[in-house]
Amino acid sequence: MLRLWFHSPLQLGLAQALVAALAALAVVVLARRRRIHLEGETLIAMVRGLVQIIAVGSILVILLRAPRWTSGLLLAGMIVAAGATSARRAKGMPGAFRVSAWAIAFGAGSIIALMTSLGVIDAAITSLVPVGSMLIANAMNTNGLALNRFRADVLAHAGEIETALALGAEARNSVSPYVQAAFEASLIPAIDSMRSLGIVWIPGLMAGMLLSGARPVYAAIYQFVVLAMIFAASGLTSLISTMLIRGRVFSPAEQLLLQPGR
Amino acid sequence: MSVVSDPAPAILRTEHLGRTVRDKILVQDANFELRRGEVLAITGPSGSGKTSLLRLLNRLDEPTSGTVFVEGADYSTIEPRELRRQVGMVTQRPYLFPGTVADNLRFGPAQRGDTLGPEAIDELLAQVGLKDYAGRDVANLSGGEAQRVSVARTLANSPLVLLLDEPTSALDEAAKLEVESAIQKVMRQQGLTCVVVTHDVAQAARLAERALVLESGRIVRAGPVEEVLRA
Repeated sequence: MLRLWFHSPLQLGLAQALVAALAALAVVVLARRRRIHLEGETLIAMVRGLVQIIAVGSILVILLRAPRWTSGLLLAGMIVAAGATSARRAKGMPGAFRVSAWAIAFGAGSIIALMTSLGVIDAAITSLVPVGSMLIANAMNTNGLALNRFRADVLAHAGEIETALALGAEARNSVSPYVQAAFEASLIPAIDSMRSLGIVWIPGLMAGMLLSGARPVYAAIYQFVVLAMIFAASGLTSLISTMLIRGRVFSPAEQLLLQPGR
Repeated sequence: MSVVSDPAPAILRTEHLGRTVRDKILVQDANFELRRGEVLAITGPSGSGKTSLLRLLNRLDEPTSGTVFVEGADYSTIEPRELRRQVGMVTQRPYLFPGTVADNLRFGPAQRGDTLGPEAIDELLAQVGLKDYAGRDVANLSGGEAQRVSVARTLANSPLVLLLDEPTSALDEAAKLEVESAIQKVMRQQGLTCVVVTHDVAQAARLAERALVLESGRIVRAGPVEEVLRA
């Protein structure tokens, strides 16, 4: 229907963005009726997301003619931004940004580097940046989920953790069950994505490849390749961040720093 | 305020112990000592700093002033895990770990690589009146039974000093009597050195020989339990 009214690609794109945003806002209104307030966070996230993606699109136009090393710079910038974003899910946890940035850098970064060196990801900027950003974005989400779950579990089980400490347990061991639970929970979306691939959803990358004339079977296989890389990058990121963060919720004298009401 | 008993060597001694968090004074200038086999009650109104003081004694929280000496050694020089084994703590809620009663009793010794044998487990459980409970799942215990398992679990570490933080306040009257009598029995049989936090003045009188009264984080009265609680 929108195509009847809007003929230029830019106008059509903005109209589509507006309709999709209205659908998202309708959910916010429904949530508000149930006294769940997501308005501020959702609005800011949507406006930010739109501005950022348009900015990145514009940068990509410039980068198409730039030397290859600039893609590394762009991905490094994305890692820092991803670290800052997912660290917000770990309010009150000391060193959450550092942990997130290192975990994403090593988790997603190492998979991107390995896959590019093996030729699984094309080293051309037009391929490396979009695929790399997918890995970083998913690693960011997984990291945010892991930290959020770990924080919630530590706060909910502060009594059990301190009981273990009071009985002489090593601080790191006293939170081991919550590290494991956070790691497992953070990977549920990545596992479900792989499990339901092709049955529940046809991802955007595959749709884009088909639209640009790639052979369907290759597009399908490459989509699996991307999801497997996402799983590897996300899993490694979550593993690193949960290992790093567990030591940060304790003082050097093995006292639990993250406590309800503190 | 300073509370110093006779010149016999103290097993635990605090020196100007205090903790302030974001300008809020939780404990201020606490000075007292505890001799081997002595039971000290800490009482006072809600929010007076009783639990905060107890948490400082096994370094679950860090003092912002002063320190604690355990058998003459400044506790900041003792490795925290070793300190917490020496100064054991029973919390208001038992927080038992999933598994059997025996699994819970084995937890502390296992942290230092020791295995608690079946005889030792039976002996500990007999002390708290829970003979033959070793194989029971902790999910099926009553509140009073769970708290007695918690006491036995702390005793499994053979602590020098036992800290009890309102051990019966979350229990009904019948369970409260069960737990209190188990604690009394253990104190008498083992000659345990204990610090009991309680808001129940009568319980303090039943369990302890000496008492401290806290108000707004400061020790305002101290001495033999009858004198202090009568005042």
